[in-house]
Amino acid sequence: MVYSPHTPDERRRMLEAIGVERIEDLFADVPEDYRFPDLDLPVPLSEMEVVAELQELADQNLNAFRTPTFLGAGAYRHWIPAVVEYVLQRGEFVTAYTPYQPEISQGTLQAIFEYQSLICDLTGMEVANASHYDGATATAEAVIQAYNVFRKKRRKVLIAPTVHPQYREVVRTYTQGMGLEIVGDESLDTDLEALVARVDSDTACLIVQSPNFLGQIEALEGVREAMQARDPKALLVVITNPISLGLLKPPGDYGADIVLGEAQPLGLGLNFGGPYLGFYATRTKYVRQMAGRVIGQTTDVEGKRGFVMTLTTREQHIRRDKATSNICTNQGLMALAATVYLSTLGKNGLRKVASLNYHKAHYAADRINALDGYQVDLSAPFFNEFVVRCPAPVRNINAFLLQGGYRGTSILGGYDLSEAYPDLDRHMLVAVTEMNSRGEIDLFVDALDAFERQTGREA
Amino acid sequence: MEFDPDVRYLETHEWARKDGDEIVVGISDYAQGTLSDIVYVELPEVGDAVTKGDQLGVVESVKAAGDVYAPVSGTIVAVNEALEDTPELINQDPFGKGWLVRIKPSEPAEWETLLDVEAYKAVVQREESQ
Repeated sequence: MVYSPHTPDERRRMLEAIGVERIEDLFADVPEDYRFPDLDLPVPLSEMEVVAELQELADQNLNAFRTPTFLGAGAYRHWIPAVVEYVLQRGEFVTAYTPYQPEISQGTLQAIFEYQSLICDLTGMEVANASHYDGATATAEAVIQAYNVFRKKRRKVLIAPTVHPQYREVVRTYTQGMGLEIVGDESLDTDLEALVARVDSDTACLIVQSPNFLGQIEALEGVREAMQARDPKALLVVITNPISLGLLKPPGDYGADIVLGEAQPLGLGLNFGGPYLGFYATRTKYVRQMAGRVIGQTTDVEGKRGFVMTLTTREQHIRRDKATSNICTNQGLMALAATVYLSTLGKNGLRKVASLNYHKAHYAADRINALDGYQVDLSAPFFNEFVVRCPAPVRNINAFLLQGGYRGTSILGGYDLSEAYPDLDRHMLVAVTEMNSRGEIDLFVDALDAFERQTGREA
Repeated sequence: MEFDPDVRYLETHEWARKDGDEIVVGISDYAQGTLSDIVYVELPEVGDAVTKGDQLGVVESVKAAGDVYAPVSGTIVAVNEALEDTPELINQDPFGKGWLVRIKPSEPAEWETLLDVEAYKAVVQREESQ
């Protein structure tokens, strides 16, 4: 395909062919007063001036990749190999649209097929879709899928309180008006066992996150069986962190019916909240109720391997009001980033990254736990995030850290859990990844210590 | 195109045949031809109650998803399980092996409201000329 702009001669010939004098005449149907209004825009700037203005705006942001960062809570600072950006910037990928015409979209389609295959490998599931916007909307789609698997006859959804609070909020937003009863997250006292005990014949699904929002690895062994003892059909939905799957047993092996999560850690930047990447996988027998695009492998008339969009009659643009979801798209470029990331690291590389996350987080937890005034929650195993009870409100500590209160170095502290859980006042959620060097961790620990000594405990 | 003279029809292209005290339901040859290759059928569950005119299932082809409506009210007593693995039976034999469900009717009078084959042929002719 050629992307050159039209020449004046080409424009003139096109206008002639349709019997129009000037391009402006094509807008004759718009009332004159509104046709070409005076927009009162400032004068155009040169490229140099535009770049300077944008740079000034950009410099107001804190760059997490150049600041010691211990903030996670659903979006993480992980190393992005250079090859990811290199592949993403290829014109064929960055300008590609929806692959409706397989004959000119084999590159895009193959990339998505590889992505789906990798997600199945990672999660231990049978079929994956081409991705959703993010982990939050993917969770909502899982609820809607479960609701449709049971032909809209089961209305109860059990969701753990330790599922990401924004995911739970999005689920409620998405399903309003559907008559669903979404329960289980009223109190942090409800553990997984208590949640399973609430499964009954009206339950469409039970949703648990592992590692959960507080960083803890949930005991998924036996959960599916315990659920089946109470009701043989209710679905188990597991939300997970794809980096953790480099080390932990995949949810598919625990009998999960739907596995999903936020794949931002797989080679995507923090992107100020988006674009992100919702990965999603399920069992083949439920594929007809799964939302989203699916790419399949087939052979063309010459017997050569080819890729196409498949099972399209599930989707909204064909099934319309009978579709389970309005979603008929995917995060193509982000899915490509994740595919390049996983291909580059490979199985062993991912395991190494996961291992670094795990060990660095445990080193940080040990050091913080040894400080006066701070106590790490060690009641459950964790992956790369953990909860710390602090001697003062977390916002005060974070302000101290951010302003460079210790040795003048700005540090991005952990998430203030009181924002999501009123009972967790003075509790900080600390994330540690492979990007936190030992020096950075020691700096953070020493800064926390300095805060406690300087300001003392608050009444 | 085949028109089975021994069944009755709905304007929405379903056919109904009396078999003992049950009604067998399927979609017409015209319907399967318009849909083209059928890949999946969503059927009700045995025991479900249906009302005449209600949607009782969906037939999905490579290019469209079409609703199937109940020609009579009653209870579903059987569904064609063969369609799960071989949905193309509907394309191959729409009036025979491609049957969808069997209903035990609750309102015998509804049978009289269904179209006979000539009335249905007229429906198809009208649609084709549009």
